[in-house]
Amino acid sequence: MTAIQISGLTKDYQIGFWRKRPWRALDGLSLEVERGEVFGFLGHNGAGKTTTLKLLTGLIFPTAGTAKVLGKPVGQPETFRHLGYLPENPYFYDYLTAQELLDYFAHFFQMDAGLRVRRREEMLKLVGLDSFRDMPLRKFSKGMLQRIGIAQAVLHDPEIVLLDEPMSGLDPMGRREVRDLIVQMKAEGKTVFFSTHILSDVEALCDRVAILNRGKLVGVGRLSELLRQRSGVEAVVECASSCSAELQHLASKPVTVSGGQYRLEIQEENMPRFLAFCQTEGVRLVSLNPIRASLEDYFTELSQSASDGEHVSSGVSAL
Amino acid sequence: MNSSPVLAVTLNTFREAVRDRILYNLVAFAVILIASAVLFGQISIGIEKIILINLGLSSISVFGLLIAIFLGINLVFKEIDKRSLYALLSKPVRRWQFLLGKFLGLNVTLLVNTIFMTAGFWAALYYLNRKFERQDQFIWVAIYFILLELSLVTAICLFFSCFSTPVLSAVFTFLLYIIGSFSADIRGFGELTHSAPLKALSTFVYYLVPNFSDFSVAAPVAHGKAVPGTLVLLNTIYTLCYASVLLVASMAVFSRKDLK
Repeated sequence: MTAIQISGLTKDYQIGFWRKRPWRALDGLSLEVERGEVFGFLGHNGAGKTTTLKLLTGLIFPTAGTAKVLGKPVGQPETFRHLGYLPENPYFYDYLTAQELLDYFAHFFQMDAGLRVRRREEMLKLVGLDSFRDMPLRKFSKGMLQRIGIAQAVLHDPEIVLLDEPMSGLDPMGRREVRDLIVQMKAEGKTVFFSTHILSDVEALCDRVAILNRGKLVGVGRLSELLRQRSGVEAVVECASSCSAELQHLASKPVTVSGGQYRLEIQEENMPRFLAFCQTEGVRLVSLNPIRASLEDYFTELSQSASDGEHVSSGVSAL
Repeated sequence: MNSSPVLAVTLNTFREAVRDRILYNLVAFAVILIASAVLFGQISIGIEKIILINLGLSSISVFGLLIAIFLGINLVFKEIDKRSLYALLSKPVRRWQFLLGKFLGLNVTLLVNTIFMTAGFWAALYYLNRKFERQDQFIWVAIYFILLELSLVTAICLFFSCFSTPVLSAVFTFLLYIIGSFSADIRGFGELTHSAPLKALSTFVYYLVPNFSDFSVAAPVAHGKAVPGTLVLLNTIYTLCYASVLLVASMAVFSRKDLK
């Protein structure tokens, strides 16, 4: 069974003070998240990531489309027994202590007093807040709030954990700890669906990713598949300056020159021509390494091409 | 019906009020009330008890009203504004359970407030007379009516809090309270006029706005007069019905609200 099933999910908000007009925050999103995978949800600010997560938790209602969690419609109390959610920039009741907050939330699940205390203690320990249990949340730093937010999200040992920008505002140590927590959740067989725009976290953690741009899904798949499409080689050569024009012709990106060496990226289909050129012109091949484009490149290009497409289509409709 | 989520929200709402130090104003109130009993005993010979009962009941009502409006207007708005609701509503709790818990939590707060204020009031009364009289028992009915009134105000605040800002909610609630306190006069005005549309309008307003005028029994109680049992029954039923309608309306509004 798929963990999360989203089909044609669309959300319009009404904007404007006097003359209300619809603004589409999410446009026909369809995707599936398998059980046990860590799924990254990428996009710029305002791309529709938080909107999607709020739709999955029933905090807002879709204009069109459906979303199911473990085969059941979202928003049902039964669904929430298997779902944990960390909101973006979480804020909790600041008059409570960390311990009281977890106790309060534990009351909403069918836990007896003994289990409640045990889970509370485990969670405080898990997120490293057991020595701050009696401190009011109003005195917590942003990183500590993020940690208590994760603790409340996994308090009831859910199968699926939704995290909205879990690394936001954390220092490097804090980010490392949250990463470790996500790895641990995956090891426990949980499905983790998290939104972020920190690409290094996605590369380090995710089995699959989806990329949103202005409310539309522009890419989805395994990282290895997405990045393989952009593979090639990076060559470093030494040659006479007269060769530079031909090298630039063979390269897929502008050639850089440093210390008399030319560094260039070559697509796989141009490799025979490149090697032949090296042989005939006496070019000294210093190194030849396969390149794997970073997620950052992929993300930037996808976003760029999606924006260009939008401009073209809006230009066409204007004509 | 699973009452546990409602109970959890109720207790947390009460805990929030206690930690907001709202209840601490009561100590000051009790001290002022008891001190005023000494003062009034000295300056109003013969009617000091009537003045004390009127003053005491009015103070309990006004302080309770202020606390009900002050806390009530923020009941839902603050949770949405500060986004504390996001984590809560992603737990197995339905929105109507959250609203009901909030409503009951504020009512518990007001009840505890009123108990403290009433204790101060009875202490002042005893200090003045050095004894309690048989007709003093009707003071309990007046206090019960104040509690009903506060419960109704809480329901109004909750309703407005579901879709309006705190300032507007406070203004709307306060206006309704003022209009409702004169509802008997509005109906009387309609009966005096010869204009049929005006009469129909005043009757409509009379039935629409909450009738707070029937809750005010401080004056007869101060004079030792009994409060009819039918009025107690009718006021109780009226409060239950009116507050239930407002709660259901609040739940209807809130159940489809986007928490942006």
